[in-house]
Amino acid sequence: MRSYLLRRLGQAALTLAGVSLLVFVILRVIPGDPAKMLLPEGAPQSAVDALNRELGLREPIWVQYGIFLRSVIRGDFGQSFQYRAPALRVVAERAPATIQLALVAMLLTVLVGVSIGVLAAVRRGTGYDYAGTVLAVLGQSLPNFWLGIMLILLFGVTLRWLPTSGFQGWSYLVLPSVTLAAFPTALVARLTRSSLLEILGQEYIRTGRAKGLGEPAVIWGHALRNAMIPLLTVIGLQIGTLLGGAVITESIFAWPGMGKLVVDAIFFRDFPVVQTVLIISATIFVVINLLIDVLYTVLDPRIRYG
Amino acid sequence: MSRLRRYPMAVVGGLILGAVILAAAGAPLLSPADPIKPSFGKRLQPPRVLGGAPPYLLGTDNLGRDILARLLYGGRVSLALATSAVVLAAAVGVAVGLAAGVLGGRVDDLVMRVADVQLAFPVIMLAIAIVAVVGTSPGALVSVLALSGWVLYARTVRASVLTIRQLDYVEAARTLGASDLRVIIHHILPNTLAPILVIGSSQFATMVLLESGLSFLGLGVQPPQPSWGAMLAEGRDYLSNAWWLATVPGMAISLVVLGANLLGDGLRDLLDPRLRQ
Repeated sequence: MRSYLLRRLGQAALTLAGVSLLVFVILRVIPGDPAKMLLPEGAPQSAVDALNRELGLREPIWVQYGIFLRSVIRGDFGQSFQYRAPALRVVAERAPATIQLALVAMLLTVLVGVSIGVLAAVRRGTGYDYAGTVLAVLGQSLPNFWLGIMLILLFGVTLRWLPTSGFQGWSYLVLPSVTLAAFPTALVARLTRSSLLEILGQEYIRTGRAKGLGEPAVIWGHALRNAMIPLLTVIGLQIGTLLGGAVITESIFAWPGMGKLVVDAIFFRDFPVVQTVLIISATIFVVINLLIDVLYTVLDPRIRYG
Repeated sequence: MSRLRRYPMAVVGGLILGAVILAAAGAPLLSPADPIKPSFGKRLQPPRVLGGAPPYLLGTDNLGRDILARLLYGGRVSLALATSAVVLAAAVGVAVGLAAGVLGGRVDDLVMRVADVQLAFPVIMLAIAIVAVVGTSPGALVSVLALSGWVLYARTVRASVLTIRQLDYVEAARTLGASDLRVIIHHILPNTLAPILVIGSSQFATMVLLESGLSFLGLGVQPPQPSWGAMLAEGRDYLSNAWWLATVPGMAISLVVLGANLLGDGLRDLLDPRLRQ
């Protein structure tokens, strides 16, 4: 158990080191001369050289990576060109809006996705099952940027029921979170259905029924608990989908979060902000998936020694 | 053929996809209108079904350009980019997966760690960051899309190599003196073909979504070149007076993605013996 956790922790640390290396290569090595971007236009060459030396940009590339890694670990992600403030602070100000949106979307995904999946599996071959399948296929095929715009068209422009832009209260959360949740909900519904169906065919389910357990006890107590394990992995991986989906969803609904921030930062060539958002979202993903792996060992003792 | 009939969804998916590809390929025949040249006198004409005037079957956009023409030519771009990206991702992924599975050891460790790193990023975030640096040329877009897709193939091929290597007939071939390369080409690759095909057709859907997403954000295909994502983004400003501008390209994207998803699901059922009833 201990050695499994330690190995998993080491793996996560290694992944994060790789994340920092990749971001370093994409955003620090390729895009030209950072000193020129930091200084006002037309700054003398001597000033550019001096800043380059100060930033360590005259050092060999691996030394530069060392400097970069050290400052990232200290929480220094550089200065935002656009906001003239530490990039980490700029991103931290926008993070709560994204987290709120992602949490509501995750809640929707799990509640709606698992319910549809369970209903489809339990009523296999009935109208519920087919309706669930159609919904799931649609949810996976409609691009979220189109779905968002169609929701705006219907509930914002035509019916005028819901606000479509910005974030000034709970009603502003409805359309963006539905847009963001559609794809992962469909995935979770399909997976719940298939893994529940597989488990309902197992011996111990027959035993449970034979010993007189009611159907709800069989489904919720035994079958779903076992179906949770593959489901948890997929839900963990959906953190990535949600953070990525937030980029587009936030742009559509003018949601003041990290996703809209990173798109704006790209158009402004504000690379310190871009690198901060990239590193932070990858870290969130790695940490949550690490936690889920730990949770497994609680849910399924067989994995502890695997 | 009789086996295909048991998987109607795969057939429907294949037909949808085939029809859209044909329409896009035949764009100059189906729509003689110019997809790029504006004609300001004919702005925001509604589609024919909504009472619009001929010859604009699907109406015109904010610059008076024929929406059908833009849809067809935009489809060419989207489908060509997605296809190239799937092929490139599969080629890289299969090569890397084979290397990891066959060579094992350090190479294997390295490949799997790189895959972990890649998967830690939300696909679209990594894509927009790279596009911001390398630009939006077709080559750059295909590379960015492929970069997001190779891991799936690499993991699948690696897993098949590890399983197949243990099998008796591979051992037998080796005992008879077959070289590593011969074993790979004659015994391992044919066995990985089915999963690669399944991944490829589902991934085609993902690639179309990703490419239109990038173009929607203004980081993909650049105007005046038409693309579905950019058409949608332009239509967003006209929701109250010309809602079809955003609706039509979205339907095209959904149709392609739906077709590719149905085909992928059907192929999986067809080719994966464990799921076959």
